[in-house]
Amino acid sequence: MRYLPLTDADRSAMLAKIGASSIDDLFVDVPQEARLSGPIEGLPLHASEMAVEKHMRRLSKKNLAAADAPFFLGAGAYRHHVPASVDHIIQRGEFLTAYTPYQPEIAQGTLQMLFEFQSQVARLYGCAVANASMYDGSTACWEAVAMAGRVTRRKRVVLSGALHPHYAEVVRTMAKFTEDEIADALPSLQGAPDNAGLIARIDDDTSCVVVQYPDILGRIPDLAAIAEAAHDKGALLIAVNTEPVALGAIKAPGELGADIVVGEGQAIGVGLQFGGPYLGLFAVRDTKHVRQMPGRLCGETVDAEGKRGFVLTLSTREQHIRREKATSNICTNSGLCALAFSVHMTLLGEEGLRRLAAWNHTLACKAADRLARVPGVRLLNDSFFNEFTLVIDGDAREIVRKLADDGILAGVSLGRLYPAEDALKGGLLVTVTETTTEEDVETLASALQEALA
Amino acid sequence: MARYFTEEHEWIDVEGDTATVGITDYAQEQLGDIVFVELPSVGTVIEKGKDAAVVESVKAASDVYAPISGVATEANAALEDDPALVNSSAEEDGWFFKLTIADKSQLEGLMDEAAYKSFVDGL
Amino acid sequence: MNAPNKSGWKPEMTAADDGMHNGPRTVTGNRALMLEEPLIFELAGTDTTGVDLPEIELGPNRLGGMERTAAIGLPGLSEPETVRHYTRLSRQNYAIDLGLFPLGSCTMKHNPRLNEKVARMPGFADVHPLQPVSTVRGALEVINELAFWLIDLTGMHGVAMSPKAGAHGELCGILCIRAALEARGDPREVVLVPESAHGTNPATAAFAGYRVENIPANAEGRVDLEALKARLGPDVAAVMITNPNTCGLFERDMKAISDAVHAAGGFVYCDGANFNAIVGKVRPGDLGVDAMHINLHKTFSTPHGGGGPGSGPVVLSEALSPFGPLPFTARTADGVVHLVEEENAAEFDHTRAFGRMTAFHGQMGMFTRALAYILSHGADGLRQVAEDAVLNANYILRSLDDLLHAPFGEGGPCMHEALFGDRGFGEGLSTLDLAKSLIDEGYHPMTMYFPLVVHGAMLIEPTETESKAGLDQFIAALRSVAERARAGDVSMKQAPYYAPRRRLDETLAARKPVLAWSDPDSA
Repeated sequence: MRYLPLTDADRSAMLAKIGASSIDDLFVDVPQEARLSGPIEGLPLHASEMAVEKHMRRLSKKNLAAADAPFFLGAGAYRHHVPASVDHIIQRGEFLTAYTPYQPEIAQGTLQMLFEFQSQVARLYGCAVANASMYDGSTACWEAVAMAGRVTRRKRVVLSGALHPHYAEVVRTMAKFTEDEIADALPSLQGAPDNAGLIARIDDDTSCVVVQYPDILGRIPDLAAIAEAAHDKGALLIAVNTEPVALGAIKAPGELGADIVVGEGQAIGVGLQFGGPYLGLFAVRDTKHVRQMPGRLCGETVDAEGKRGFVLTLSTREQHIRREKATSNICTNSGLCALAFSVHMTLLGEEGLRRLAAWNHTLACKAADRLARVPGVRLLNDSFFNEFTLVIDGDAREIVRKLADDGILAGVSLGRLYPAEDALKGGLLVTVTETTTEEDVETLASALQEALA
Repeated sequence: MARYFTEEHEWIDVEGDTATVGITDYAQEQLGDIVFVELPSVGTVIEKGKDAAVVESVKAASDVYAPISGVATEANAALEDDPALVNSSAEEDGWFFKLTIADKSQLEGLMDEAAYKSFVDGL
Repeated sequence: MNAPNKSGWKPEMTAADDGMHNGPRTVTGNRALMLEEPLIFELAGTDTTGVDLPEIELGPNRLGGMERTAAIGLPGLSEPETVRHYTRLSRQNYAIDLGLFPLGSCTMKHNPRLNEKVARMPGFADVHPLQPVSTVRGALEVINELAFWLIDLTGMHGVAMSPKAGAHGELCGILCIRAALEARGDPREVVLVPESAHGTNPATAAFAGYRVENIPANAEGRVDLEALKARLGPDVAAVMITNPNTCGLFERDMKAISDAVHAAGGFVYCDGANFNAIVGKVRPGDLGVDAMHINLHKTFSTPHGGGGPGSGPVVLSEALSPFGPLPFTARTADGVVHLVEEENAAEFDHTRAFGRMTAFHGQMGMFTRALAYILSHGADGLRQVAEDAVLNANYILRSLDDLLHAPFGEGGPCMHEALFGDRGFGEGLSTLDLAKSLIDEGYHPMTMYFPLVVHGAMLIEPTETESKAGLDQFIAALRSVAERARAGDVSMKQAPYYAPRRRLDETLAARKPVLAWSDPDSA
């Protein structure tokens, strides 16, 4: 077998050294009646590299790849061009096959990268400190809610109705077990987010308010007003961002007063990958909250010769030391995705990120206007970045399915996200990025026109 | 002023109704370089035997259990900027917090300096 | 030193910084191929970019008055500078690709490159999680095919695929247990965890709202069955057991433990971190386990990536399967694989799910890799994996137990990892010093000070992807540093000498945390 270096002669020699007569001697602690006598029946035996590749390619071909279709999906996962050098760097064995940097003398590559990553994320979010990443945006969102509970010692959580419904569901799931009280709501199909309604739900027992920015319908809420209202009641504002490219064009959440900023970093460097692995981003505006943060943190220090170096630090917050008193049970981070994000962000730089954001927004504005001219289609949003909501008469989900059969990936219907809500079923989320061509938009416009006729 | 010691390696200075609490020199030596001390905020009701503070080294976090009950009146602000004070001056400048004593009878049975010294020698 | 070195090359220091070696100081601070590298923030300004993009300025816009006005402060580098920066950084890392990586309980085995290739096939890498199901049938088939392998290899009833890492899987399993107990109107309060358990176990149980109580180990490093039985009762929700355990030993009494826990109305959670030792040899389902997470990045060779991403599917018993989270995949009799979410859970008789753990379907990029690995080995190869992993660990145990104290070595063979303690080291020398000296020999150290039940623990897991020659060289290096430790060689206290950095000041890092770069000019 190509992954196993031992030869039968090696095995015999090693057993002799151990003083065992057969491999079975090494499994004596497994009760005889539970031991399997041979390979599990009914399962395939080993296969060559060529055969496995062929099998996997066959499965891969059963999917419609985004590059092979006019593609307009977003809703928490975004398709952007990722420079070839990003994938080259993350495949270097020294990054790919390294472990968590617990031995800093021989892990400075990973550690320096994480320090750079933390600094990039903190700046992008307008925060003081970012951690070394979480699993994804949805779990980072829950971790932020849990942290707000530790900081405020309150149990009531107000979710904006325009928070990604899967994020809200993760929060509700976890809250069942921590006995947090979740005040949630549904989005309403209005051009502007309902800030006043959200603010009215904040009370003196509120631990935090969770607001997506831009929100699930693509609208851009004024976080500053919500931050002020939350702070007046002693609550924290948690801002959730699922499209980091937007932050090249709109104000940073930290700048607007958000206390904890979390999000999904997938759009930069990571790729779609059918939902994972992704990259949870987590930052706090004020350093006073650092010790309540979950997850790994990388910090600067010096070595015994006085040279600058980096280590994982403030580990006493974490499970391997605090055990049942840890700030979170999280152990791993999303290291390789953080590297991909950081490399892509380094290639972009501020100039590139601003241009990319401006280009996305410009293309999205054009596309929104074009699609809104289709009879029976209305543009909902007063404001948006690269994702907006179209409202049609009828069931958008049916149309998305129909267009998919014609090889067009038309967007995410609100019916897919909120299957129980009839009031939302006319909503279609459409995302336009630098990968979307004018021709793609025309194809979608014609197909929509035909489907609605 | 009287100084008492506990088997949990805390010292308590008692002056009137007020007690000052810290950890002993022996304790700081065992813990190694202290990097952070989490202290009770003023007004916290402290209950004998429950955790009242946390002292952290790089690789360990240890709860400091309240030797007596009371209400916290002051936390040592100097430790926020300079947790190393616990290492350099555990039994003077590196004190943790002060409290008003709820029940003086809880002081009975605590050790004096000599008793604590022989307790430590026996470890 | 008696390490075999076929080329005869010896590292020689050319810089004199440490005062131990003759050679000129260099202007750059570099030492030939050991290259110093600044931070990106020190290399570049914010006006350069390595990506060709149209020079569009934001003009009139529809950003709702929220357009950014403040600078962000993100440096940009051209492609050659970027590639060089990260390549230089990469060379300061140890990695499996460079050598044996003996971290106990972490299973640092070779990461096959076929895995990387298949994960990047456009049908897997370039599909959106919310695409209509008709356009992602192959992706759902991958999830389903891997799910069936995991169920068959563990002898369990069902599997939750969405957890994002081992600790997330643990949480999923414990939440299934809590949901099952609540469903039968029998909420319980306590989770029992062996004192040798990984820190995520108590952290997970506490998060799920349980009080954690430790159960002691017996003299041979296993769960004390009698002590466990004595503690069981109507308040115990679950027992979390790692098997093979963190001492590298198989819990012989696993079946008896499960039977006792079940008789008392509780559930058995198994931490599957060490499944690599037994895959294809014994099925946890046959031992009465109710839930077990599987770290795809350990047993099934997906890369560790310098700290993630992981992937932690959880296999479940018949009693717990109805409570597994959404979404998941289900294959119907016609061979079609369906995506089961909140809206169609009833059609698939799955209305008691405890909820959703993550936004989408789990770590698809890890599923493709793990499936490619499993198919490569097949049922026969996976069995060989476990046998070779156990053989390699016992070879290390018996090649060192004359020199290093093996606390449970008398009791019989170990499983996939060999455990040693620091007994017999010279005055003032510790496990840390031995570990750091091993770095100078060109190896990543073993897991140190874990499990907590052994003083100065050293946990060595070679994995099955090491050759005998590679093991022999590692043993020779380890014998050398162990001899030095026994002899009281105080020079070990300053090790490593030859790494890109000497020992780092972790106290300073924690006392005065610097967690992001700040411009010294603006300070």
